[in-house]
Amino acid sequence: MSLSISLTVNGESKQVPLDDPRVTLLDLLRERLELTGTKKGCDRGQCGACTVLVDGRRINSCLALAISCDSAQVQTIEGVAQGETLHPVQAAFIAHDALQCGFCTPGQIMSAIGLLHEGHAGGDPERVREGMSGNLCRCGAYAGITEAVLEAGTTLAAQDRRDAA
Amino acid sequence: MKRFEYLRPTTIADAVSAASAPGAAYLAGGTNLLDLMKGGMTQPDRLVDVSHLPGLDAIEHRADGSVRIGARVRNADLAYDPVFARRFPAVAEALLSGASAQLRNAATVGGNLLQRTRCSYFYDVASACNKRTPGAGCEARGGDTRLHAVIGWSDSCIATHPSDFCVPLVALDAVVEIEGKRAHRELPLEQLHRLPGDTPERETVLEPGDLIVAVRLPPEAASFAANARYLKVRERTSYAFAVVSAAAALRIESGTIAGARIALGGVAPKPWRAHAAEAVLAGARPDDATFRRAAEVALADATPSGDNAFKIELARRIVTRTLALAAAGTPDRMPALPASPFAQIAGAFVHA
Repeated sequence: MSLSISLTVNGESKQVPLDDPRVTLLDLLRERLELTGTKKGCDRGQCGACTVLVDGRRINSCLALAISCDSAQVQTIEGVAQGETLHPVQAAFIAHDALQCGFCTPGQIMSAIGLLHEGHAGGDPERVREGMSGNLCRCGAYAGITEAVLEAGTTLAAQDRRDAA
Repeated sequence: MKRFEYLRPTTIADAVSAASAPGAAYLAGGTNLLDLMKGGMTQPDRLVDVSHLPGLDAIEHRADGSVRIGARVRNADLAYDPVFARRFPAVAEALLSGASAQLRNAATVGGNLLQRTRCSYFYDVASACNKRTPGAGCEARGGDTRLHAVIGWSDSCIATHPSDFCVPLVALDAVVEIEGKRAHRELPLEQLHRLPGDTPERETVLEPGDLIVAVRLPPEAASFAANARYLKVRERTSYAFAVVSAAAALRIESGTIAGARIALGGVAPKPWRAHAAEAVLAGARPDDATFRRAAEVALADATPSGDNAFKIELARRIVTRTLALAAAGTPDRMPALPASPFAQIAGAFVHA
């Protein structure tokens, strides 16, 4: 079987030749597609720094084989802003100081986008914290992260209402 | 990670054939397998990717009241299926208490059943482990054993089965459907996992090539929907394996327990059904004294495998508390912290 795969990454179709089935989606993004916004923290599914959306769902890209993601739609942190306009989650992270060193931030933001899309947290801080528990922040910016996710949820809901009107 | 051959069959028959070869392993969500391969605990020569196999991703609510869950259904999709969560609330609560949202989006039903132990000595390839290398010995014995088994363990292995999902499933008489080189077959989930004995490397009764294709819950499982809970003690609030967990399901008719189900997690090499404790509850009134008596019986055969005697008393208290919360009624909405033992029961002490 050929190891080449096709992927749509941030809206762009890619044909990627693979010489080795061991390549994870995380390593493919970082090392082969030069999308280094997605971070490698633990590389074992424990920290969430590598979170991306695959077919609209947040997953740990370190625990997915790239070859198994053949024909998937992948969204990374590089694909969430629209030109110079930040995604509401990005803007809220800045407004609420939801980071210190920033290493976990791309994963936090992708996870938050996934969480808000899933729609189970509502405006409940406890449900937001539980829904974000797969993303560790060693700087301990959790208070700001929770506030940012709550505010982004409100912003996105208002946008959805405007779009529907 | 050792290099492997990658195959992506398009039919179940081709998958079974490809995975029957020595050194082959199935790949579905990959959340456990890839971690084990990165650490060198598992080194398959061939991965048979079943994550795209058609026909294994449906949740079928059948006319007879049973449900059939395809093996490829993702943990999150099952937990948030509104009909499933309403009919089998303890299963949904267990699923949502496990892992993280990202992992639940990837991990599958079949993979959850077949996940490997989280024993730190199994994970540390520098330690002797009979499960990893049969006959090598067990360095967990006499080591750091706080989290090891207190029921069903042997001198060769004291590891626990880490699943949350399997605990309410085994309580509710789940059945596993298997395709293999022989004909399609099925068996109760309670009979899928083996006790370690002298062969802890053989964790299930599955044979090479066997593929779990579905898990079924019988019609009766839904009769507990009004009084069913899963509780899980963790060493942090969220995103941690169980130190001890329990599923309890009651059918209460005219103030009396007409039927009861209890199973334990985190204490044994397999999801542990407590049949004798269920017998204590049948026909009794749902009160604290009865629940404590059932908990005593559930842990009657428990013995520490090291520095873990505390887990036996903890398990008694968690069984008692899970029964009390089940008797109080399944919550209308999934709790913000699923399976948290810290929720208040009106009129009860936090320490059961």
